[in-house]
Amino acid sequence: MARIIVITSGKGGVGKTTTSAALAMGLAQRGHRTVVIDFDVGLRNLDLIMGCERRVVYDFVNVINQEANLNQALIRDKRCDNLYVLPASQTRDKDALTKEGVGRVLEELAHGYDFIVCDSPAGIEHGATMAMYYADDAVVVTNPEVSSVRDSDRMLGILSSKSRRAESNDEPIREFLLLTRYDPARVEKGEMLSVGDVQEILSLNLLGVIPESKSVLTASNSGVPVVLDRESDAGKAYADTVARYLGDEVPHRFLQVEKKGFLKRFFRG
Amino acid sequence: MGLLDYFRSSRPKGSANVAKERLQILVAHDRTQRGRPSYLPKLQQEILEVIRKYVEVDMNAVSVKYEQEDSHEVLELNIVLPDTAQGRI
Repeated sequence: MARIIVITSGKGGVGKTTTSAALAMGLAQRGHRTVVIDFDVGLRNLDLIMGCERRVVYDFVNVINQEANLNQALIRDKRCDNLYVLPASQTRDKDALTKEGVGRVLEELAHGYDFIVCDSPAGIEHGATMAMYYADDAVVVTNPEVSSVRDSDRMLGILSSKSRRAESNDEPIREFLLLTRYDPARVEKGEMLSVGDVQEILSLNLLGVIPESKSVLTASNSGVPVVLDRESDAGKAYADTVARYLGDEVPHRFLQVEKKGFLKRFFRG
Repeated sequence: MGLLDYFRSSRPKGSANVAKERLQILVAHDRTQRGRPSYLPKLQQEILEVIRKYVEVDMNAVSVKYEQEDSHEVLELNIVLPDTAQGRI
């Protein structure tokens, strides 16, 4: 049976889709059969970030409405055999996702996959609540910034009250914090909330810290999940995050400013 | 960091502290609201209306407190009546 992971945040633009793509690719590369689903009906973007936008024929809503079967809609990743993408519909509205329909598709996927990654839309409306409803684990993507932290906390409240696990009094969803766009230099200057600050406010298990990095835009420009960029800090941090999720003990990196040489410091580096 | 900044050792208190303090207050407040039954504001309003039929009280004379403990919930109503009999209709 697959484990269902929702990538959520409340606030938009914090890196949910980037994280969904990176985490799914990372899990698949570690040998786990993984499918990543775009729940952002009407505003699909996961296909672009995954670089498979020209191969979309059928989508999630087609499968829910039984206009296509799963095998027709799933797109197999060309870089990794274990990875499949289920794109969102671009033309329907979010109400096309019904609780029963989503449940049926997830149930069918659960037999053939190890992990199902659900890329949630922003907000707390229907699409977002559908993405988290069946989750076993939640990765709350947060930027070190007031509105993002507040929205994350709001999302935690929803996870603990409106999910299937909450409604049926099962063991609660495991919640993890993923801090993205982290800038250690600004933290050092006291201009940005630190990892410790955010953890203290949200009291969540820290899954990873992704440093602010140019490689994220480069990766999305070319449709390559950033975890595949092994040279970049963000790519490495995502690989660490995947390892930690799978139970490895990996120390957090990129939390400190890289030390500059004396000369560079002298001439305003 | 330029040469001048290098000697300016006392750095100003950053805005991150302000952000943290604001968030802590906000999150603490939001969390007390969480898990409260959604009927509470309406309950408070209706109790207030009933009381105001008989006693002239302030709009904020009724406070409703809801607390969750391990095995039970506590709903506490606090109604402040006016000091003197003058308020009575």
